[in-house]
Amino acid sequence: MFNDIRGFFTLVIYPLQSIASMPDELGFWLDSQLNSHQSLVDENKKYRAENLLLKAQLQKFTSLQAENIRLRSLLKSSRKLQDQMLIAETITVDLDPYKRQIVINKGLLSGIYAGQPILDAYGIMGQIIHPGIPSSTAILITDPSHAIPVQNNRNGLRTILYGTGSANFLEVQNLPNNADIKEGDLLITSGLGGRFPEGYPVAVVTEIKRDPGQPFAQITAEASAHLEQSREVLLVIESEGVSKDSSAEREQKDEP
Amino acid sequence: MSHKQAYHGGIVILFSFAIAFILMMFPLAQELEIYRPKLVTLVLIYWCIAVPHRVGVFTGWIVGFFLDIHTDSILGLHALSLAVVAYLSYKLHARIRLYPLFQQSFIILLLVALSQILILWINGSMGEVRGDWFYWIPSLTSTLLWPWLFYLLRNIRRLYGVN
Repeated sequence: MFNDIRGFFTLVIYPLQSIASMPDELGFWLDSQLNSHQSLVDENKKYRAENLLLKAQLQKFTSLQAENIRLRSLLKSSRKLQDQMLIAETITVDLDPYKRQIVINKGLLSGIYAGQPILDAYGIMGQIIHPGIPSSTAILITDPSHAIPVQNNRNGLRTILYGTGSANFLEVQNLPNNADIKEGDLLITSGLGGRFPEGYPVAVVTEIKRDPGQPFAQITAEASAHLEQSREVLLVIESEGVSKDSSAEREQKDEP
Repeated sequence: MSHKQAYHGGIVILFSFAIAFILMMFPLAQELEIYRPKLVTLVLIYWCIAVPHRVGVFTGWIVGFFLDIHTDSILGLHALSLAVVAYLSYKLHARIRLYPLFQQSFIILLLVALSQILILWINGSMGEVRGDWFYWIPSLTSTLLWPWLFYLLRNIRRLYGVN
């Protein structure tokens, strides 16, 4: 009920937030308006090359996906294949300086719900905590009160990544000193906990301190997503059928 | 005091709070963010001192409530702290008005620090620990800002005849 009240009164706060973020928007607008013809042409060329490259990779990916479906059907296990995405923009306003939160310009009107994962082009950013009517508040993975289940992409070692409150850094607090983890390892979402979709990049391990006197290794990781810069964010839409599938899959895994 | 005048003054008060809110939300560099003065608290204290028959505990609570929604803190956190600040400034308004600006600033320091202590305690009781001294910097910057804000708001109040 209190969340409904909070959601309703964002209608009052949202216009003020929009005004506060105007100078930033103006800067962005001017930046796009005052681009020279040459720089636009260059940018266009760059994007075209990138697009070609991505399309080529996608071709391979499509065949791999088809193969994956076939193999999985042989194993009689279903699996979510593609996530639906919704694009939202961040509103540049400052919230509590001791928290890592952002405001996005989509809310209950666009079907946003609490716990919805958000990501950018480079990785997981966080999740929605308070959906309002016109806008919503999201918590970033670097917030000190946030934790996300991850696995090491190299060997599948599962652990939990905690936010530290500093701009881009996260930490792993409960891996023993002899755990197989190296600097440069990519940590991806494990899908455990059922909130974040599986297989998205979260962070790269940057520093490991193994102090024999401590029970756990001190592991620092840097977020893959551009947490403080991304203007456009993607929201993962979880459809009803999909969540059923994944729970069925979990049951199957438990059986043997 | 005619009815129309009273209405007019209400708009000015509302507008000053809206501006204070926008300045609280305005994006700053991360290094500067911790210095941001508690503008909404200051504006509330000013109106509590200047027009105590119109702005008081209720206004403080409402303003704090919207601050809660903006900062996404637990509902009632800023509402409670600003209601307490509004109550104290209401109680002390006759005295504070007589103090010279320099002395007023000390009272402001105490009031803003008190609101921060309340927020710290409530957050602390919910497990959010903020253990560094930087947390108190906004109290100091608010104190330094007070004389200017006081003159500005007093001129605005006289210009628009808020009473």
